Amino acid sequence: MGKIELVGVEKTFGHVGVIKGVDLQVEDGEFVVFVGPSGCGKSTLLRLIAGLEDTTGGRILIDGVDVSDTPPAKRGLSMVFQSYALYPHMSVRSNIGFGLRMAGVPKEERNRKVEAAAAVLNLTAYLDRRPGQLSGGQRQRVAIGRAIVREPKAFLFDEPLSNLDAALRVNMRLEIARLQNSLGTTAIYVTHDQIEAMTLADKIVVLNAGKIEQVGSPLELYDHPANLFVAGFIGSPKMNLVSGAAARKHGAATIGVRPEHVSTSPTIGEWEGVVSVAEHVGSDTFLYVTVPDIGDITVRAVGELALKPGAKVFLTPDISRIHRFDRDGNAVRN
Amino acid sequence: MARRITTTRRITVTAAGWLVGFLIFFPILWMVLTSFKTELDAFSTPPQFLFFHWTTENYAIVQTRSDYVHHAMNSIILALGSTLVCLVVGIPAAWSMAFAPTERTRQTLLWMLSTKMMPAVGVLIPIYLLFRDTGLLDTHVGLIFIEFMANLPIVIWMLYTYFKEIPKDILEAARMDGATIGKELVFVLAPMAVPGIASTVLLNIILAWNEAFWTLNLTTVSAAPLTAFIASYSSPEGLFWAKLSAASTLAIAPILVLGWFSQKQLVRGLTFGAVK
Repeated sequence: MGKIELVGVEKTFGHVGVIKGVDLQVEDGEFVVFVGPSGCGKSTLLRLIAGLEDTTGGRILIDGVDVSDTPPAKRGLSMVFQSYALYPHMSVRSNIGFGLRMAGVPKEERNRKVEAAAAVLNLTAYLDRRPGQLSGGQRQRVAIGRAIVREPKAFLFDEPLSNLDAALRVNMRLEIARLQNSLGTTAIYVTHDQIEAMTLADKIVVLNAGKIEQVGSPLELYDHPANLFVAGFIGSPKMNLVSGAAARKHGAATIGVRPEHVSTSPTIGEWEGVVSVAEHVGSDTFLYVTVPDIGDITVRAVGELALKPGAKVFLTPDISRIHRFDRDGNAVRN
Repeated sequence: MARRITTTRRITVTAAGWLVGFLIFFPILWMVLTSFKTELDAFSTPPQFLFFHWTTENYAIVQTRSDYVHHAMNSIILALGSTLVCLVVGIPAAWSMAFAPTERTRQTLLWMLSTKMMPAVGVLIPIYLLFRDTGLLDTHVGLIFIEFMANLPIVIWMLYTYFKEIPKDILEAARMDGATIGKELVFVLAPMAVPGIASTVLLNIILAWNEAFWTLNLTTVSAAPLTAFIASYSSPEGLFWAKLSAASTLAIAPILVLGWFSQKQLVRGLTFGAVK
């Protein structure tokens, strides 16, 4: 079991509030991703759950038990660090088995479990090497092996892929998803990469300035952002946000429309603009259009679109997909 | 701009390097040479460099007259004992300052260093009286204690600097893996800090070995280390250069050998590959 509950969790460093009252429920077996801009407190929140930092206020419960004052070793969680944090003086075998050794698991059982974990992670051939003799991807797999071998209540991942190159990152992302699926263990994953968040998560927690902005499934967040921050943060390229007269027309202080919900036409449309940049990536074309009085609008069109910089173009937002926000930036629900 | 390295330049620089090295080494060489001279040759003007009557009688006399082994044992007990106590206190202290600093950590470190700024003679009388009244004069325990106190600031500073180099993540990983603070120190921090701890140990042994002020003032016979052994040859009966040199050579030999063999240990880095 691995149900984690945060009740009014706060953390201050000196006089600076980093986490300002966070309430959250993580169900058993759920894959939850904390996402947000750097400095939003997502890593701190993870470290609070891990016990590596002490909370200033509030309670953390694991399976209903208050662990706010329990040392990390006794919380039954395991963590994968951004820097891998392997023990450089130990072999891969000892690295993976260290937690079991600390728990007093007899050597034979330990070896059996380490070898099983190594087999899952394709590390069998490297068991007797030191971390210094491994590549970045292999080191990260050792770090994951160290986490799974202890059969924890939950995995905590602190930006585990950000030291890897792009291709490897995609592979590892799949591996992590597959692993978590097959183990069914609760996972909390911190990232600033929203693609990672969208692809991995059952539930995304968007954090900003120490507070939760919204919690929901990836598509919920994408389709129904609760406020301007979430609207602007989730989705790539970013949602177009328009305020002023164009927004008032739709009965909102600000309206948002995703690049794929804007249609183009050479002759007729709501907004008239000039293409400043056209990016052709094959499957899609991204147009950056400057519209007078409104600003820059990003348009995502499927397939090839033969528009060159300087071309005049008419844009029409899909009325049914427009997001409306009030003066405080909160979504106006219809 | 890269300069062309000519043969002349190379020869000049090499020669200059050797010259400086030789000048620095010369007093030690001279001491060793003198230890093989007769007392007469040791005094002669002009001094004789190599062509004198070589003899080992000084070493024999030094051993019979003042028992080298006894003093050497005392030096070893003092150096190892004070180093051990320094580590036992210094490792946890440096650990807490490196990995769990508070606002006062910096000041604490500076304060510890500041204790080294006062000349030892400034506290000689109080310390002497304290030692006299507690019966610590001329005892191993007393000397180990005073050397430990004298060197602890340096030991903590050195260990602190080495510990700061160790990524905090690794210790946190150990904590997540269920290690208690004690196990974290023993299984993770200490092995990773081996080069740092080794050089601290070596430096502390050298400092304790060579420390003359307290050892001369607080000992007479039973706990007297090699420094007292050397000093006994500049006696009221007159200076015995050759015997003094022999005594000094005997006194520095062990520490020289230790330094030579631990060179590798001092420079090898173990942390490679830990992160990134």
